[in-house]
Amino acid sequence: MTKQSLTVLACVAALGAAALGANAFAAGKPAPPKGTATISLPGDAGMAYKPGAGVGAVQAACLSCHSSAYVSTQPLLTKAQWTAEVVKMKNAYGAPIADDQVPVIVDYLTTNYGKP
Amino acid sequence: MELGRGRFLAAAGAALAAGALPRAALAQTVQLPFDNGTRPLVAFPQKRPLILLTPRPPQLETPFEVFNAGVYTPNDAFYVRWHLANIPQSVDASAHRIAVSGAVNTALSLSMDDLAKMPAVEIAAVNQCSGNSRGLFTPRAIGGEWGNGAMGNALWTGVRLRDILDRAGVKAGAKQVQFDGLDTAVLPGTPDFKKSLDVDVARGDDVIVAYAMNGEPLPVLNGYPVRLIVPGWFATYWVKMLSAITVLDKTDDNFWMKTAYRIPDTPGNSVVPGATGYPTIPINRMAVRSFITNIPDGAPFKRGRNELRGIAFDGGSGIKRVELSMDGGTTWREVALERDYGKYSFRRFAGEWVVAPGTYTVAVRATANDGAVQQATPIWNPSGYLRSSIETYKVSVI
Ligand code: HEC
Repeated sequence: MTKQSLTVLACVAALGAAALGANAFAAGKPAPPKGTATISLPGDAGMAYKPGAGVGAVQAACLSCHSSAYVSTQPLLTKAQWTAEVVKMKNAYGAPIADDQVPVIVDYLTTNYGKP
Repeated sequence: MELGRGRFLAAAGAALAAGALPRAALAQTVQLPFDNGTRPLVAFPQKRPLILLTPRPPQLETPFEVFNAGVYTPNDAFYVRWHLANIPQSVDASAHRIAVSGAVNTALSLSMDDLAKMPAVEIAAVNQCSGNSRGLFTPRAIGGEWGNGAMGNALWTGVRLRDILDRAGVKAGAKQVQFDGLDTAVLPGTPDFKKSLDVDVARGDDVIVAYAMNGEPLPVLNGYPVRLIVPGWFATYWVKMLSAITVLDKTDDNFWMKTAYRIPDTPGNSVVPGATGYPTIPINRMAVRSFITNIPDGAPFKRGRNELRGIAFDGGSGIKRVELSMDGGTTWREVALERDYGKYSFRRFAGEWVVAPGTYTVAVRATANDGAVQQATPIWNPSGYLRSSIETYKVSVI
């Protein structure tokens, strides 16, 4: 720990206390927090899979663990790449997808978020 | 909690007013510099509007101009990245415990009060996602499609992990130390997110269990009330809402160590796209990087005297030299480094540029104290990790 960064810390702590009018840090030094911090997350924030053939199967298979944004922010993937992703979700992360649903899901993803 | 309660509520209220995102926040978008890189700017609880990658689990990127404003990244602008969507939205620090168990002489259950009685350490350190800049890979890599803002620099306060391990007494023959946080998987088939470090790394001087970030409690989305800090190493090891430290007598074979977060054990950790069969190792230290922070998107510079400002960092040896090029990397000129906040911190730099009207390709290149220097050719690996090549910027001067 250098002298320099200790000085900086003191400044940051002092500023923090002044700005917030709180004295959570005794003697200007951060201490472990006490009490409850609560936030409220926005869920899927209004994001959804695009409508299209097979969207029902995708909503059933691909919404339990994460929002559709994980899919919609990917670059346009090929059918082979989307197949590998669906298989990965099933095998590595335990996505509950019946085998006969895989082609329906892959077709939907390739049509709506993919390239030939 | 005492500090910042008002801000928690205000932020939560703002994000949740109608059970969805505020219209104003959604109206603004950012274009990251790659295909399908349009992202909304959204304010999550305790955060200013950040670049939204995925809302569930929350993954938020820091807008790049934040890095021009100061050496430390403000808590409300600090990027957010979670793997599993079951994240506690209410965490009571007073009830929180860190369980220390496994190959130790005495199992412990540490409270915040216990940490308060231990010697405090402060350290400035960059936290960078393994996949920072993944969206810039060519060919593209599948994963979290980040621009360059999945990183931040903060002053962390906490206790040394070594002090905790010594209190428990690590048994001879221990191999790794495993870390788990309060987040859990939504479905039982998803492996819980746990990360491990070799015992000698875990016992390093600078590895701390941090309870403060830039002098304030950690935002919930950055791991309130405590997270692991592994300076110089990628953020995947910096486990948030740290709740368990388990000393292992074998190498961790959980999914997040054995299968995910692996890099090719090849020169430069790079492979040819499509290659298979090469050996891999767990990702570890960060590579040296540098960025210019005051080139606003598309806005032209004025002829004459200009200042170019930026940041550089590496995996813990510190920054030795930063050079700028105005001709796309043909000729280089060393620039002045600003104040040193420690070898794990962002190191800011500034250089004067006297320039005539025209179009320029500005480039920045850093050299670390360990001799590593940024290269012009980007590396490639299938997971899109470790991007660290020389950054270039097209600048027009009027
Ligand atoms: C059982 C939980 C689960 C289900 C169901 C699930 N995923 Fe995922 N998915 C994950 C996890 C966990 C990650 C991210 C891992 C990480 O953070 O590194 C992920 C990440 C992704 C990614 C980002 C790229 C990658 O490979 O990390 C894509 C794309 C994706 N999922 C698509 C899908 C699609 C399509 C479906 C439906 C077929 C689906 N997911 C269903 C757990 C799931």
